[in-house]
Amino acid sequence: MKNSQRKITVSLVGNPNSGKTTLFNNLTGLNQKVGNFPGITVDKKVGACQISQLASKNIIDTEFIDLPGTYSLYPKSMEETICSEVLCNPLHENKPDVNIIVVDASNLKRSLNLATQVIDLKIPSILALNMMDLVNSDGILINVKELEKQLGIPVVTINARKNIGIGNLKQAILNFKNQEHPDDFVDINDVNKQTFVDVRKVVGLELNDFSCLQMVCNLNNNKHFSVKTKKELEKVLKENKFNAKRAQATETVRRYKSINELLTKCVIYPTSSKNNNLTQKLDNIFTHPVWGFTIFLSVLFLIFQAVFSWSSYPMDLIDQGMTNLSIFASETLPEGALNSLIVDGIIAGLGGIIIFIPQIAILFAFIAILEDTGYMSRVSFITDKIMRGFGLSGRSIIPLLSGAACAIPAVMSARTIPNWKERIITIMVVPLMSCSARIPVYTLLISMMIPSDQTWLIFNLQGLIMMGFYLIGFIAAIGVAKIMKHILKSEKRSFYVMEMPTYKTPDWKTVVITLIEKVKIFLFDAGKIIIAVSIILWVLSSYGPSNSFDRIEKKYELTEDSETIIASEKLEASYAGIIGKSIEPVIKPLGFDWRIGISIITSFAAREVFVGTMSTIYSVGDADNNKSIRDKLISHKNPETGESFFTPAVAISLMLFYAFAMQCMSTLAIVYRETNGWKWPVIQFVYMSGLAFFASYIAYQLLK
Amino acid sequence: MIKLAELKQGEEGVINSFSDTEISLKLMEMGCLPGEKVSIERSAPLGDPIAISISGYLLSVRKEEAETVLIQKEK
Repeated sequence: MKNSQRKITVSLVGNPNSGKTTLFNNLTGLNQKVGNFPGITVDKKVGACQISQLASKNIIDTEFIDLPGTYSLYPKSMEETICSEVLCNPLHENKPDVNIIVVDASNLKRSLNLATQVIDLKIPSILALNMMDLVNSDGILINVKELEKQLGIPVVTINARKNIGIGNLKQAILNFKNQEHPDDFVDINDVNKQTFVDVRKVVGLELNDFSCLQMVCNLNNNKHFSVKTKKELEKVLKENKFNAKRAQATETVRRYKSINELLTKCVIYPTSSKNNNLTQKLDNIFTHPVWGFTIFLSVLFLIFQAVFSWSSYPMDLIDQGMTNLSIFASETLPEGALNSLIVDGIIAGLGGIIIFIPQIAILFAFIAILEDTGYMSRVSFITDKIMRGFGLSGRSIIPLLSGAACAIPAVMSARTIPNWKERIITIMVVPLMSCSARIPVYTLLISMMIPSDQTWLIFNLQGLIMMGFYLIGFIAAIGVAKIMKHILKSEKRSFYVMEMPTYKTPDWKTVVITLIEKVKIFLFDAGKIIIAVSIILWVLSSYGPSNSFDRIEKKYELTEDSETIIASEKLEASYAGIIGKSIEPVIKPLGFDWRIGISIITSFAAREVFVGTMSTIYSVGDADNNKSIRDKLISHKNPETGESFFTPAVAISLMLFYAFAMQCMSTLAIVYRETNGWKWPVIQFVYMSGLAFFASYIAYQLLK
Repeated sequence: MIKLAELKQGEEGVINSFSDTEISLKLMEMGCLPGEKVSIERSAPLGDPIAISISGYLLSVRKEEAETVLIQKEK
C-alpha cells in the first residue's frame, strides 16, 4: 500500500453557518496556519491532522483546507471565486484529493445546491450531515441510506459542536479511493451543446458539461491557463453566443427541481412546522425599534469597556515586562551600538507589537461570540439603513466603533464585511476614529492650553475639548466614507442579501481558536513590518552624519550636565533631527517648528511617542529637570515674538494634526496585511496626512 | 402580480419571476426560486432591510433587492 502513505489533501466546503469552521477546528485543533490566498484577501486556512486507518493501522498525514463559506460555485465575491478556483480548476495547486461537503441538515434543500454542484465536478466527495440534533428536535426525518443512494456519495452524520461522528468521517476520508463517480445530477447539455464540445477541445480535458460551465464562468480568475488558451476559450464563447448568466439561471432552476424530487424520496417533514420559536422570540427583542438599539448600544459599551479598560491590566504587565527586559538587556550586554540596537531598536519594537495582543484578543473574543451566536447578523439588520448612506454596511459598525479603542483590531475585524467596497471603505476610515494612543497627546496639549479647573457652564473645559476631538474623529471618518463611496468603483456588483441564522450558544473552541488566529496574524504578518520600521526609526534617531555625536559627548565630558541633555542634543544632531529641521519650512505654516518636526517623525512609530520625544527635546538647556513636560513646553519661548511658543493656535493645530495624520506604523502594517498589498496603505497614508496638513493649516492661520 | 418589497409584514406570496438577472442568480442560489412560498417575517426598525422567510429559514434582504422579485400574492 505505497500510495496510502502519501499526504492526502482534503478540502472543506459548505454554506456560511453550516458549521464548517467548527468541524475544521475539531479536525485540526490548533494545528492551523492562516494566510491569504495568493493575490487576494481571503483567508486561506490550512490545518494538519493524522488519521490512523482502522484496518491496516497505517497513519496517514492529512492536510485540510477550509474553503470560504459559499452558496454556490458561481463566482460573485472573492470568497466564491476562490472556492470555484480551487475546486473547478483541474490545474490548481490546492486541488483536493477528496472533499468534505458540510451541510446544515436542518436546511437541506438549500445546502444541496452547493453540495450537488461540487459532486457534479467529479471530485471524490463525502457529505457531512451536520446539526442532526436540530433536525431531530424539529421532527424532520432524514433517510440517510436513501440520501447516500440518490447522491451517489458517502453520507456521514456528525455533530461538529459536540464532536460526534468525527471518527466515522475520518475513516470515510481514507476510503475515498473506492468511490465511483455518480451520474450528473442535472443535465444542462441542451443549454449550449456546441460550447461544451468546443471548450473540451480547447482545454484538452475530459470534462463534463457542468465543469465546462464552471470553467467558463470563472475564466477571468483562472491563473493557470495560458493567455492563448484563454483567448481561444473567449473566441469559442463568442462564436457560440454563449450567455453565461442565462446558463447559470437555467442550471440553478433545474438543480433545485432535482433537489426537490430527491428530498421527497429521502426526507419526511412534520405536518405542522414549529418554525423556530426561540429565534422568533429573540428577534422580537433584538430587532425591536427600542430594545434592539438599547441592547446593541449596551453590547457596544461592553465591548468598548473591555477593549479600552480591561485590556489595560495585561497591557501594563506587558509594558512592565518589556521595561524590565530592556533594563536587563542594557545592563548585561556590553555598551555600544549593539546594545542600543537591541534595547532601543528591537526590544522597543517588539514591545510595541506585543502590547496590542490584549486588545486584539479581547475584541475578537467578543466578535467571535457575536458571530457564532447569530447576533451579528441582527446588528447588521438594524443598523444597515444608517450605515448605507455612508458607503458602509451594518457589518461596518463594530469595526468602526472599536476603532475608538485601537485601529489595529478594528481593521482586522473588517474582514467580516462580505462586500469588498464596504470593507475597503471601513478599513480606510477606521484610523480616523480617536484611538487610545491619541489620549496622551491630547491630554498634554489640552493641559497646556487650559487650566484644569476652568469650566464652561457646569462642564470641565478640558473634558469638553477632549470630547470634541473624539467627535471630530468620528465626523471625519463618516465624512471620508461618504466621499469614498462616490469615488470607489466596485469591480463586481455586490448584494446585501444574507442569511439570518438561528440563534445558537457560542462554540467556545471556535472563539478561542479565532482569537489565537487573529493574534498570530498580527504578530507574524504585521509584526515583521513593524520591527523593520522600528529599526529604521531607531537608526534615524540614534545616528547622525560623521562625528556630530562624538562632539556632543566630548562637549559634555567636562561638565556635569545630566544625561538627558546629551540625549536631547544627540537627537537634534541625528538624522531624525536633520529631517525634522529640513521639513520646518513645510510645517511652519501649521505653527510647528523643527522640534515638533522631529517628534512627528519619531511618533510615526505610534502617536504616544510624541510625548516622550517632546520631553527629550525640551530638556535642552534646562538645568531644572524636575519640571513636568507640560511646564517645560509652556516655558519655551518663540524666538520671534518672545511670547510662549505653544499658543492655543499651535496646540489646536497640533491636536488636529494628530487627529487626522496616519501616525501609526502598526496600523499601516495591518492594512497592508488585510488588503494584501501596499496600494491601500499608501493611499491611506497620503490622504490622512493631507487631511491633517490642511486641517492644521486652516486652524493655525485662523487662530494665530 | 406585485413586488416582494410591497408585501406587508406577515403576508405571504409565491415567487413568480425576477426583474434583475444578477440579483436573481444570487437569490436563486440562496433558495428563492420561482414557485417558492415567501413571507415577510419582519422589517428592520428603520423599515429597511426586511427579513423574509423562505423554506424554513430567514434571509435579510435590502428593499432595493426585494423590488426586483415579482410575486403572486396568496389569497
